[in-house]
Amino acid sequence: MAHELTWQIVRVLLYVVGLIAFAAFNAAYLSLLERKIPAWFQLRYGPKEVGPWGLLQPVADGVKLLTKQLLVQAESDVLLFKLAPVMVVVPAIMCLALIPFSEVLWARNINVGLLALFSFSAIHVLGTMLGGWSSYNKYASIAAARVVAQNIAYEIPLLLVMVTFVMVTHSMNLFDIVQQQAGGFWHWYLLRVQASPLMPVAFVIFFICMLAEANRAPFDMFEAESELVAGAFTEYSGMGFGLFFIAEYANVLVSCSLATVLFLGGWQCPFGLLPGLHWFLIKMYALCFVVIWVRWSFPRTQFYGLLNLSWKFLIPVAFLHLVLTAVMLKLF
Amino acid sequence: MALESLLKQLAAVALCGPAEAGATATSHAARGSDAEVTVAPGRVVEAVQLLDAAGFMVEAITGVDWLAEQQMEVVYDFTLVATGERVVVRTRVPRAQPEVPTISRIYPGADWHEREAHDFFGIVFMGHPNLHPLLLPEDADFHPLRKDFGA
Amino acid sequence: MSTTAQSLHEEMFVLNLGPQHPATHGVLRIKLMMDGEYIADAESVIGYGHRMQEKMGENRTYAKFLPNTGRMDYVAAMFNTHGYVCAVEKLAGLRVPERAEYIRVITAELNRVASHLLWLGAFLIDLGGFTPLLYTFDDREQILDLLEGLTGTRLTYCYYRFGGVCNDVDDAFLAGSRQFVARMRARMPMYHALITKNIIFRKRCEEIGPITAEQCRKYGATGPVIRGSGVAYDVRKAEPYGAYPQLDFNVPVYPQGDCLARYMVRLDEIVESLRLVEQALDRLPGGPVMAEKVPRLLKPPKGDCYFNVESARGSFGVRLFSDGTDKAYRLKLRSPCFSNLSLFRECSRGMLLADALALLGSLDLIIPDIDR
Repeated sequence: MAHELTWQIVRVLLYVVGLIAFAAFNAAYLSLLERKIPAWFQLRYGPKEVGPWGLLQPVADGVKLLTKQLLVQAESDVLLFKLAPVMVVVPAIMCLALIPFSEVLWARNINVGLLALFSFSAIHVLGTMLGGWSSYNKYASIAAARVVAQNIAYEIPLLLVMVTFVMVTHSMNLFDIVQQQAGGFWHWYLLRVQASPLMPVAFVIFFICMLAEANRAPFDMFEAESELVAGAFTEYSGMGFGLFFIAEYANVLVSCSLATVLFLGGWQCPFGLLPGLHWFLIKMYALCFVVIWVRWSFPRTQFYGLLNLSWKFLIPVAFLHLVLTAVMLKLF
Repeated sequence: MALESLLKQLAAVALCGPAEAGATATSHAARGSDAEVTVAPGRVVEAVQLLDAAGFMVEAITGVDWLAEQQMEVVYDFTLVATGERVVVRTRVPRAQPEVPTISRIYPGADWHEREAHDFFGIVFMGHPNLHPLLLPEDADFHPLRKDFGA
Repeated sequence: MSTTAQSLHEEMFVLNLGPQHPATHGVLRIKLMMDGEYIADAESVIGYGHRMQEKMGENRTYAKFLPNTGRMDYVAAMFNTHGYVCAVEKLAGLRVPERAEYIRVITAELNRVASHLLWLGAFLIDLGGFTPLLYTFDDREQILDLLEGLTGTRLTYCYYRFGGVCNDVDDAFLAGSRQFVARMRARMPMYHALITKNIIFRKRCEEIGPITAEQCRKYGATGPVIRGSGVAYDVRKAEPYGAYPQLDFNVPVYPQGDCLARYMVRLDEIVESLRLVEQALDRLPGGPVMAEKVPRLLKPPKGDCYFNVESARGSFGVRLFSDGTDKAYRLKLRSPCFSNLSLFRECSRGMLLADALALLGSLDLIIPDIDR
C-alpha cells in the first residue's frame, strides 16, 4: 500500500514538472515559430542572429524578460495585479494535465475530463480581466471589458458544440473518446457524418471558438496593438508580461491538443497502423501552424463584428447542429 | 458665365470700402487665380458668404506682414471644385491692431487656418471660438512670422 | 479607480491618443472624450513637429529652400518640390523645356505609386493585418531603387530645379521604369484578391467613416478624400500643369464616401499613375532638361502668385510673395493633410474608437506635412 502511494505521489510530481516544462518549452518555441512562419509568408527571414536559425531567440527573450524590473504602480491594486498573471497561466497547465497524449502518457484520467477541462479554462478570463482592471490604466480597463464580453460570447457556441459531442460519444472521458476513434481516419469524429451530418462544421465552430477563447487573432481585440497599445497588459513589465505570454501559448496548446483528441483521433494513426505519441504531436503542431497562419493572414475584426459573429451566426448554427444530432440519434 | 456674375456681386461688396478695394478678373496662368477681390475687413464675411453660396471651397488663408506700409494683409484662397476656378479675397488691416472677423462660422475648415495665421502674425479673428495656438506651444506669446521678430 | 467603480452613473472620460501611438502616423495627439466605446468629441493637437518652414522660406534664397520642400511630406516629396518650383517659375517667367516636363511627370507619378503603397501597408496595419505591409514595401523598394539611381536619395528628393530638373535620365532608369510598370500591373490583381475581397477588411471599411462632399467642401479636403466622396476634383484635370494636358488618364471617383471608397480611389490611382508613366516614357522628347539662361541667384519680379499641384494626399499649394530680392517675402505652404485632418473632429463624433482609427488611417496623413 505504502509502495503504491509513494509511486502515485512520485508519478504526480513527475507529471507536474513535466507538464510545466512542456508548456514552458512549447510557449518559448511557439513564439519563435510565430516569428519564423510569418517571415516565410512575408518574404523575409525572421530571427536568425541568435543561435542557428534563431533557435536561441526564445532563450534570449526569456533572459530579457527575467532581468527587467517588475514595476507595480502605486495606485494599482497590488495583490490583484500580481495575482492576475498567475491566474492566467495555472489553469492552462491544469488543463494540460487532463489531456491524454498517448495510451500510456497521461497525467489524470477523469471520467468527466471534458467538463473539468472547460471549467478550468474559464478561469483565465477572470485573470485577464483582473489584470486589466487592477492596472489603473484606461486602456487596460477598456481591454478588460472587451475580453469579458468576447469570452462570454464565444463560450456559448463552444459549449453547445461540446454538449452535442457528448451526446454522440456517450462519454466525457477523454481517453475513451480517443479509443472510440481507433481504426483509420474515417473513424475520426471530424468525419463521423453518420452521427451528425454537421460534424465538420462542428469542428470549424470549435476551432473558431477556441481561437476566440485564446484571444488569438483575428479575435485579439483586447491586445489590439494599434488601438490600445498592449491592451490589458499595458502596465505589466518583465516576467509579469512573460507569464501572460506563456499563458497565451499554453492556451493555444491546450486548444490544439483538445481539438486533436476530440476530432482528429488523438494518438491514433490515420491508417490504423502505428498509433502513438508521434501522431498526437504531428496533429497538434499542424493545428498550431493553422492557428499562426490565420493570425497573420487576416485583419482584425471590429468588436461588434466579433460579437455579431458569435451571437448571430455561430450560436444558431450550433443549435441547429444540436437539434440535428438529437434527431439522428433518435432515428438511428 | 457664373464667374462674371459672381464678380459683379463681389465688386458691389468691395465698393463699400477704401479706395484700393475692387474686384478684377485675372489670368490664371499668370497669377494662379481667376479673380481677385480686395475688400475692407468689415466686409470680408459678406464676400465669403457670396462665395459659399456659389459653392466655393476654402483652400488657404495666408497672413502677410507688410512692415513698410505698417499693414497686415489676409489673403483667402477659394476654389470651385467643379470647374477649377479660383477666387482670391484680400483685406488689409493696420499692423498695430490687426482684427478681422472670422469666417469659421461659414467654413468650419477656416478654423484651423485662422488659428495658424494668429499663431504666426498675431492677427485676431473676431468671433473665433478657439484662438489658442495651433502649431506653436500652448503658452507661446510671440508671433514668429512678423518681420520684426528677432528670434 | 475604486471611486469610479462605486459611482454607477455613466461618466465620460478623456483618452489621449498619442503623441506616441502606433496608429497615428507621426507625432499627433488626439484628445478623445469617450462615452464608453463611443467618441463624444475628438480634438486634434498638432504642432509637435513644427519647424517653421515658412520662416525658413523667408530667410533663405529660393534655391537654398529647395531641400526643405522634400522634408515636409517626405513620403511624396516630389510633389512638394514641384509646387514650390512651379510657383517660383511662374513669378520669374521661366519656361521649362518639354523633356523636363515629361521627366517631372514620370518621377512624380512613380512617387505617387510609392506613397500609395506605403499608405496601403500602414492602413492594413492599423486594421490589424500585418502581412500586406511587407508585400507593398517590396514593390515600393523597386521604385525607391529607381529613383535613387536617378536622384541620389531614396525618400526626400530634391530633384527639380527652377527651369527644369537637375540631371537627365539614363537608360537604366528608363528600362527599369518600364519593367516596374509591367510588374506592378501584374501585382494589382494579387492585392485585390488578398485585401479587397477579404471579408474582415470589408467589414472594417464598408460604410465606416462616412464623409460627405459638402463636408469636404466646407473643410477644404482634397485628394482621395474628396474623390472618395463622389467629387471628381483633381488639380491635374481642373488646373492642368506640366505635361499633363498632353497625357490621357482617368480620375477615379467613388461616391460612397466611406473608408472603402477612399481605399478604392487610391488603388485605382496606382493603376492610372502606371498608365501615365508608360505614356510619358513612350512620348519622352529629346532636348535639354534645363531652361536656358536661368540666373544663378534668382530674383523674381515683385508680385505674388499661387500654384497648386495634385500631391498624393490632395492639393498642395504654394502662395509666393516676392519683393524683387533673392529671398521670398512670404512663402505660404498649403498642406493637403492639414485640411484633411481638420474634418476629423466633425466626422468622428459618435463613432466607435476602432472605426475612428480606420477613418484616421483612410485620410492618409503625414504629420510633418501638417506641422511644417
